[in-house]
Amino acid sequence: MLLIPCPHCGNRPELEFRYAGEAHIARPADPSSTSDQDWAEYLYFRSNPKGLHIERWRHVSGCARFFNCVRDTVSDKILKTYPAGQPKPDLEALVKEAGQ
Amino acid sequence: MRFSFLNLAKQALSAHRHWPEQWRFPEPKAEYDAIIIGAGGHGLGTAYYLAKEHGLRNIAVLEKGWLGGGNTGRNTTIIRSNYLWEESQGLYEHSVKLWENLSEELNYNVMYSPRGVMMLAHTVHDIQVFKRHVHANRLQGIDNEWLTAEQAKEFCPILNISPNMRYPILGAALQRRGGTARHDAVAWGYARAASAMGVDIIQNCEVKGIRRDANGAVTGVETTKGFIGTKKIGVVAAGHTSVIMSMADVRMPLESYPLQALVSEPIKPIMPCVVMSNTIHAYMSQSDKGELVIGAGTDAYTSYSQTGGLHITTHTLDAICELFPNVRRLRMLRNWGGIVDVTPDRSPILSKTPVKGLYVNCGWGTGGFKATPGSANVFAHTIAKDEPHPINAAFTIDRFKTGRLIDEAAAAAVAH
Amino acid sequence: MSMSLRTTKTGRIDRTRPLSFRFDGELYRGFHGDTLASALLANGVHLMGRSFKYHRPRGVVTAGSDEPNALVSVGVDAKHTPNLRATQVELYDGLVAQSQNRWPSLSFDVGAINNLLSPLFVAGFYYKTFMWPNVAWKKLYEPIIRRAAGLGTASSEPDPDHYSTRYAHCDVMVIGSGPAGLAAALSAARAGARVILCDEQAELGGSLLSELHASIDGKPASQWIVDTIAELRGFSPTVTMLPRTQAFGYFAQNFVGLVERVTDHLAKPDPKLPRDRLWQVRAKEVVIATGAHERPLVFPDNDRPGIMLADAARIFANRYGVRPGGRAVIATAHDSAYQAALDLKAAGVAIAMVTDVRKEANGPLPMAARAAGIRVETGTAITGSTGRLRVNAALVSKLGTDGEEAVPCDLILMCGGWTPSVHLFSQSRGKLVFDEARQVFIPGTSAQAERSAGACKGSETLLAALEEGFAAGHDAAAKAGFSKGNVKPVKVGGVIEAHGGFLGAVPHPHDAGRVKAFVDFQNDVTAKDIKLATREGMRSIEHVKRYTTTGMATDQGKLSNMNALAIAAEALGKPIPAVGLTTFRQPYTPISFGAMANHSRGDLFDPVRKTATHAWAQSHGAIFEDVGLWKRAWYFPKAGEDMHAAVLRECKTVRDSAGLFDASTLGKIEVVGPDAAEFMNLLYTNPWSKLEVGRCRYGLMLNEAGFVMDDGVVGRIAEDRFHVTTTTGGAPRVLNHMEDYLQTEFPNLKVALTSTTEQYAVVAVQGPNARKIIAPLIEGIDISNEAMPHMSLRLGKICGVQTRLFRMSFTGELGFEVNVPADYGQAVWEAIWAEAQKYEACAYGTETMHVLRAEKGYIIVGQETDGTVTPNDLGLDWAIGKTKADFVGKRSLIRPDLVKADRKQLVGLLTVEPQKMLEEGAQITLVGNPPAGTSALGHVTSSYQSAGLGRSFALAIVSAGRSRMGETLYVPMPDGPIAVTVTDPVFYDKEGAKLHV
Repeated sequence: MLLIPCPHCGNRPELEFRYAGEAHIARPADPSSTSDQDWAEYLYFRSNPKGLHIERWRHVSGCARFFNCVRDTVSDKILKTYPAGQPKPDLEALVKEAGQ
Repeated sequence: MRFSFLNLAKQALSAHRHWPEQWRFPEPKAEYDAIIIGAGGHGLGTAYYLAKEHGLRNIAVLEKGWLGGGNTGRNTTIIRSNYLWEESQGLYEHSVKLWENLSEELNYNVMYSPRGVMMLAHTVHDIQVFKRHVHANRLQGIDNEWLTAEQAKEFCPILNISPNMRYPILGAALQRRGGTARHDAVAWGYARAASAMGVDIIQNCEVKGIRRDANGAVTGVETTKGFIGTKKIGVVAAGHTSVIMSMADVRMPLESYPLQALVSEPIKPIMPCVVMSNTIHAYMSQSDKGELVIGAGTDAYTSYSQTGGLHITTHTLDAICELFPNVRRLRMLRNWGGIVDVTPDRSPILSKTPVKGLYVNCGWGTGGFKATPGSANVFAHTIAKDEPHPINAAFTIDRFKTGRLIDEAAAAAVAH
Repeated sequence: MSMSLRTTKTGRIDRTRPLSFRFDGELYRGFHGDTLASALLANGVHLMGRSFKYHRPRGVVTAGSDEPNALVSVGVDAKHTPNLRATQVELYDGLVAQSQNRWPSLSFDVGAINNLLSPLFVAGFYYKTFMWPNVAWKKLYEPIIRRAAGLGTASSEPDPDHYSTRYAHCDVMVIGSGPAGLAAALSAARAGARVILCDEQAELGGSLLSELHASIDGKPASQWIVDTIAELRGFSPTVTMLPRTQAFGYFAQNFVGLVERVTDHLAKPDPKLPRDRLWQVRAKEVVIATGAHERPLVFPDNDRPGIMLADAARIFANRYGVRPGGRAVIATAHDSAYQAALDLKAAGVAIAMVTDVRKEANGPLPMAARAAGIRVETGTAITGSTGRLRVNAALVSKLGTDGEEAVPCDLILMCGGWTPSVHLFSQSRGKLVFDEARQVFIPGTSAQAERSAGACKGSETLLAALEEGFAAGHDAAAKAGFSKGNVKPVKVGGVIEAHGGFLGAVPHPHDAGRVKAFVDFQNDVTAKDIKLATREGMRSIEHVKRYTTTGMATDQGKLSNMNALAIAAEALGKPIPAVGLTTFRQPYTPISFGAMANHSRGDLFDPVRKTATHAWAQSHGAIFEDVGLWKRAWYFPKAGEDMHAAVLRECKTVRDSAGLFDASTLGKIEVVGPDAAEFMNLLYTNPWSKLEVGRCRYGLMLNEAGFVMDDGVVGRIAEDRFHVTTTTGGAPRVLNHMEDYLQTEFPNLKVALTSTTEQYAVVAVQGPNARKIIAPLIEGIDISNEAMPHMSLRLGKICGVQTRLFRMSFTGELGFEVNVPADYGQAVWEAIWAEAQKYEACAYGTETMHVLRAEKGYIIVGQETDGTVTPNDLGLDWAIGKTKADFVGKRSLIRPDLVKADRKQLVGLLTVEPQKMLEEGAQITLVGNPPAGTSALGHVTSSYQSAGLGRSFALAIVSAGRSRMGETLYVPMPDGPIAVTVTDPVFYDKEGAKLHV
């Protein structure tokens, strides 16, 4: 069971959270002018990396807020969490920081 | 040397000193007519059918680790074809038919054991869904029958059908031709048969890149054993499909999740069939060795770690103990995880790709083992003919653009 | 009781507390403090089990949890527990144990015929035969194999015991309570840390429990244990000591799973106690001090009863006061076996000889053995044994010669060296490294906040274990933020250093292809099986393991893995690390399903949600159905009625007079804020901006893929406030979906969402008399048709309680839904019920609700839809706000496949024979007897008998259904096709006149 640092509540066990898929997949601003291909990419296509993954979690049995999380999908180590809406962090810098 | 009782007895006389290697250990050639990435059951089977049915002999299967070491060797070996949608039924039934003769075909006992797969209904909604499956299957000539709770208990005597359960069992759908097989034997059987036809199975050879020409068509793969040329690449890399496909700049509608399974210590036979409950998330069968083989759904988050959370296992076992209250004193011997690649509609992709010469077979989620022969068979066709077999024509990547999904999950089918 | 096999001085058993027990029906005696294995040995019983495949007679090999052979069943009837290791079963008075995997008896087992067939039954033989004919595998071969396989039997009765669980946090978790573990716990505790110390054994102390000679800081080891435990106890409650507790799994972020065996060792446990307790511990820092496993030697016929590990024999003698034999041959490759020789000699066992496969053995221990007059032969291997149910001689030969000497004995002790127990370290995802010099895998780079100490990291002396333990405990405490005190130096006396080791198969003068030198005892895997596997192309250790099943028995290779690896490496001509290591998986030793399942059984399996009227419904005879976590009244049968009769009556009563229905389970979400209407516009297909306050609208929710996800009636309470209802099962999903868009896609909207499902009880009053029934109870609301038309809502009071009163209908009749605070639900229901009685109205359940709504062609999400259905498919285009630029799912609706003409559409079906009922889920085809493989046009989604229509009717999803009105289609069934006519899906009051009265 992961221990997840909710940016609002601190470390909490995984049971309190609900995973919500890859982060920073923005809904197209004007869906009606989005092509079928681009719309499919938005709906279904994911990077699914082996390594650092930026993903969304919701602290559903806590503050109920969605937030973003950088996790290594090989070790399941969490490098950073931050509130939804903040920009993507610099992954290289994060790795360096974690290495130290 | 043929596998037979006679040869086994003959070899016993010379202390089994003369059994040859079951497959060769070739070094890669400079170029092949086709390369399969991934030596699991589906990949090895693809090579086998390419060689046997399509006459391609100059082919290689590249494997990062040891053959059969991915999900082929980690799954709970359930075989069935009682899916909801006709496209799925066609694919899985094609597979079941191949299973029925696979041991003889490969001259390798894969121990296909059609002991029956029973799916439990706990709610009125379950009954509606499973009966829909039964009717849909009957129309396609696929066996699947509805049982009352009492009939279900007759088929599996240790099942708890007390009306006082939290979710009492209201009935079950039974596919008698469903069952199990020996997972390792499937990989080894295909490997041995393919190798005998000239297929080069190259283990410990990791693909690091996919090389393409100016027009975007594939020209070969970069590997830890050097560059290997080819004009056709079939990617059959299960949990690692996204990683491989990204080498050709193809983004996939996939997410890779941990899927756990566990076995009990071996006991004398108590479980005559496979029992699955989607509603309370667990399934169980018993291996020939006597171990109860138990699984459930995936962990909640994407991961390549091949481990999962303890809470998933405890939840699986509480469901098992509800269904079979006499197993509570038995003990868990081993709990492990695999990486399953899941599509948005829980159906596989067996398809050409936007890249010329690149084909992909993936997205089997939690249920790929059962499809091994059928999937391999039609994927070989797709690679050989550069067009899908009618059975896999619907399983394109393009369906996510058109909306022509084959949604077994949304239809509340069991995704195992 | 054969007291002669007891030592006179040694042992931690309590000789003042004799116990009696049964094994295979025979009555024996032992002492408190014995294990079943030690007590059986004290009674001269070595034969304790049969092997898995060849059914060879087997005795106890180890004294611990790594025992592969002595597996027994303990207990009777519902408490019968199979596959327990006799070495771990603590003796209690009246214990009943049975041997396993034998018939008719342990000493005469018919299954032993497999041993004669063993030339055929080599590794992987079953892959090579039993293939013909096809069906024979399932019908003939497999049943035989299955009966022969398996070990013990499962009880056929439900387990009567209960289990418990607890979560715990600590600063330092110490796993293992040998010298390293005790030292670690002590130094961490002294530093002020919260410590949990666990050990799989009944007593803390580990290897020190069988240590007779060592002194620690001037005290005998046994006294040091006592003092250390006393000091640790003094730190209570910051130190928790858990004997009989196995750390079975090491998970991400220092999450460690333990199982504590609470009552298995008790003759008459307090029934309030759980049998096992699962501990889930989140530790800041972990110290692994799990020791090492002694390795067997792989030599021909190394599996007879009476052959055991040298240190196991020493433990039986020193700790349990048992002489495991009268005359022993000791075969070793490690100095530690000489200590066993000395201790056993002191206990009264004659030591016939020590054979040491090493060329020289001149360490202090071998020298001490020689000095004690023990015959020591170096450069000599054990090459075989004789005997049937008990060994009677060891065969030994000088290395490189063919000569073999038979040395009579009733006990052979073997020691191939020690394998560090790196299981938990490896589970923690730490990287192992291979120590070439000592030929062992030891912990390398850590992946989590842990460190190993003592033998599990390859250390070989007591001093090292203690020093490392103290240092590890101190370091762990410091990293967790506790740095009181320093590590004091420790002094050790009385122990003699031991080195050595041997991996693989011992050389012998026999035909290696014919002898059985066991690597994995339980699974009957021999050295030649492993060589056969490598010969057949199994070059990875994982292939070797899977092909031969070595390491897959219930000890999971604790004794066998290193020898198997070495034999494979030699056969392949590769160094050991190049062949690889199989993955260490949890659990470290098997743990009960009960401990894992825990309290989740019966009613506690999942929470039960009940509505405010549940008790009332129960007392009125309701039958319930499970919908999500809810128990919902399904129907209310009267005396003599079956479901069919009850539902027909309920339907007729609602249509003729009225009925009461508990609609409380529907999800309710309060959508509030200045942008509430805009938010609703985005989340639902319908337009909401112009909905007047006090009016309601049917809302349709899509997922982003354009498929129907949920629906429900939404009322506008105020300009900035909507009362949204959802389906019963969909409530959490809908709220999550709304929150997702609100928080991440439309965070600019000023809206707050609150689930109010539990806050309101909802009484639906439906039927022509509905208004009359509620009228006397309502205050402050004009409920006349003019003042409160269909699809409106009012705030006021009913029975003196605040209500949100909706005028709406899911039946096609005049209807109201009374929302009141849940605490008043039952009282309000009963008040309405009292009024309803005047009109002979009824209470009805979900089934009648389903029938009545189906007569009106109203869909149920999840029944008419299955996640692949669009609004247009359902004929619900009217519910889409045509002028809205965007809403969730809108873009997807114009994808090519979602606008195809042949999509399946909602229609009604009437069977040509009016009384014929269709089955829900049945398929629909063009012709009556379609050949197998015909595509279905669609399927029946709902099918009922209608009281009003006096016939059956159904809803269905049919390809291009709306263009097929009046067409005859077929529903093929096993007993013949049923002809149906396609109709409009509305069967009752098409004009809706009854809604507006």
